[in-house]
Amino acid sequence: MPPFMHRAVTHLSASVSALAVPAAAVAVSLALFGAFVALVGVDPVEMYQLMYRGAFGTWFSWQNTLTRASPLILTALCTALPAQLGLVIIGGEGALVLGALAAAATGVALNGAPVALVWPAMALAGMAGGALLIGGAGALRQWRGVNETISSLLLTYIAIAVLNHMVEGPLKDPASLNKPSTAPLADTYMIGTLPGSSVHWGLVVGIVCAVAAWVLMRRTTFGFAARMVGGNPRAARMAGLPVGRLLVVTTALAGAAAGLAGMVEVAAVHGRASASLVAGYGSTGILVAFLARQNPLAVIPVAVLFGGIGASGGLLQRRLDLPDASVLVLQGIIFVVLLASEAMQGRLRLFAFATPAAKEA
Amino acid sequence: MDHASLGWWGVPLAVLAGAIRVSTPFLFVSLGECLTEKSGRINLGLEGTLVMGAMSGYATAYLTGNPWAGVLVAGLAGSLLGVLHAAICALERVNDIAVGIALMLLGTGLAFFLGKPFIQPQAPQLPAIPFGWWSGSAQVRSALDINPLFLVGLALAPLLLWGLRTTRWGMVLRIVGESAEAARAMGYPINRVRLLATAAGGFFAGVGGSFLSLSYPGSWNERLSSGQGITAVALVIFARWDPVLCVWASLLFGGAGALGPALQSVGVTQGYHLFNAAPYVLTLAIMIATSSSRHRLAGAPAELSVTR
Repeated sequence: MPPFMHRAVTHLSASVSALAVPAAAVAVSLALFGAFVALVGVDPVEMYQLMYRGAFGTWFSWQNTLTRASPLILTALCTALPAQLGLVIIGGEGALVLGALAAAATGVALNGAPVALVWPAMALAGMAGGALLIGGAGALRQWRGVNETISSLLLTYIAIAVLNHMVEGPLKDPASLNKPSTAPLADTYMIGTLPGSSVHWGLVVGIVCAVAAWVLMRRTTFGFAARMVGGNPRAARMAGLPVGRLLVVTTALAGAAAGLAGMVEVAAVHGRASASLVAGYGSTGILVAFLARQNPLAVIPVAVLFGGIGASGGLLQRRLDLPDASVLVLQGIIFVVLLASEAMQGRLRLFAFATPAAKEA
Repeated sequence: MDHASLGWWGVPLAVLAGAIRVSTPFLFVSLGECLTEKSGRINLGLEGTLVMGAMSGYATAYLTGNPWAGVLVAGLAGSLLGVLHAAICALERVNDIAVGIALMLLGTGLAFFLGKPFIQPQAPQLPAIPFGWWSGSAQVRSALDINPLFLVGLALAPLLLWGLRTTRWGMVLRIVGESAEAARAMGYPINRVRLLATAAGGFFAGVGGSFLSLSYPGSWNERLSSGQGITAVALVIFARWDPVLCVWASLLFGGAGALGPALQSVGVTQGYHLFNAAPYVLTLAIMIATSSSRHRLAGAPAELSVTR
């Protein structure tokens, strides 16, 4: 085999394998979840038909799915970006919440100003809120050696407490009696929908951010340096790379992505900040990032898949009387099976044909 | 003496009483995690184990009418999750932190799914021992109504310390945690030791969860645990992997957790949510103060990924 062909085959088989293993993991998880619901007396075939219909079956469900996918893309980036440096960040929920709170406060404070000023200000405030939280976890890791997984989760609980405090205290709209929240955003500041659909522009924001994150990590010196730190921190330090700065900047960018998700949720969906922002987009985002193998581009289709699973939850509840936690169980099963399947990566016999050629060359 | 005459003195008393009540789940989770981490693995999934223990314990107590059966079943459910964690981590190239996150999600999801029918009914609660019989004050009496599980946890800590230090099993566990290579060379089955340590750790965490639903706060709902599991994991680092220090750390965190409700009971409602976040702030502050970027922590098992 000529060398270029051999390279192509190796490359192809590597990417097929990279795709096949997570896909197989999802298939096995679906089978396991089917067995689980069968045990509680639900017909799995009927359930999966309903799930498909609720997620991708109609234009209506597609719109619901895509609306849910947009925050998931951004919260997944919150885990996927630091993963390039070998960090495990699980504070996306906190960054989203804090970003949403900062964006809502900014939007209300600037009431009356032109939209062209308010949107960037809200976005900046949201990104700053998220960046502060996750960048903080990165800084603590760098300068105090605090484990970033634990600290980012603790910071999430603190961020949620701050949200609850602010919407029931200093920022409370006196008119919001049953459900404490901030004052509503003026209608002119609400982000509209894509033409001919009910999907808001946040989806485009998410996709642009994911592509930008991919370019940053795969096509720039910054990204190369970051991935080098992830591969071998000691070698990176000896090569003179500014490890500390890379770490703090990357975690801050990651937090900014999730904070932007919070801004979009406020400006396109809720119209105000309240406790209902804590909707689990952060924890699902972690799973999306892992299933996408921490690849910012792969995050997009995986987020759509999980947006669909989330969108079908309501239908499963209404038609089959399944608890709303069904989606959580399915996500948990997928996560566990996926991690177990990591051990299979690169060991599938199906793709072994490339190996003898490697010896030849 | 009634409530009014105790006035502001009720706050430290309530914090003390709360320290004992709120610390019990922290105590069990941290002792379990201490054991697991001594074997060189971290189980971040104990948050899910705690919720699963709370649900299964409550459901069993309701169905059988016996709260102690609930405690046992909660422990067994916890061990099952522990075995799952250990079995996946035993595979090649699998990161124990990631598996913990996955089990956090799965444990919570399963508990919410299976626990849905048990939110309404009232299950029998664990009896408390009235150590405050001598006092005329209702508040002092209620503060000293101590759950036997707390005493079990207190006794367990020195027992674990002794077991880890002096028994053959404890030595093997520590060898596996300090150097897997040395343990392999000596012929000890690393994965089996870690499986047992994680299963035992899961058992304790499950029991800690049953305390939440069967004693304090004493009911089952989906907001029962918010981060106690992960706080307890951080607490083990603070306690330097010493079971007896885990007791003091748990009491400290319990006191911090009781601050919000105690202040609320004397009419301070401002900043209620912020006071409830006190344990997380405290955990973070302690982690910042006691960690170091330059050298390894004293007492840390050398095989532990979280401190590397």
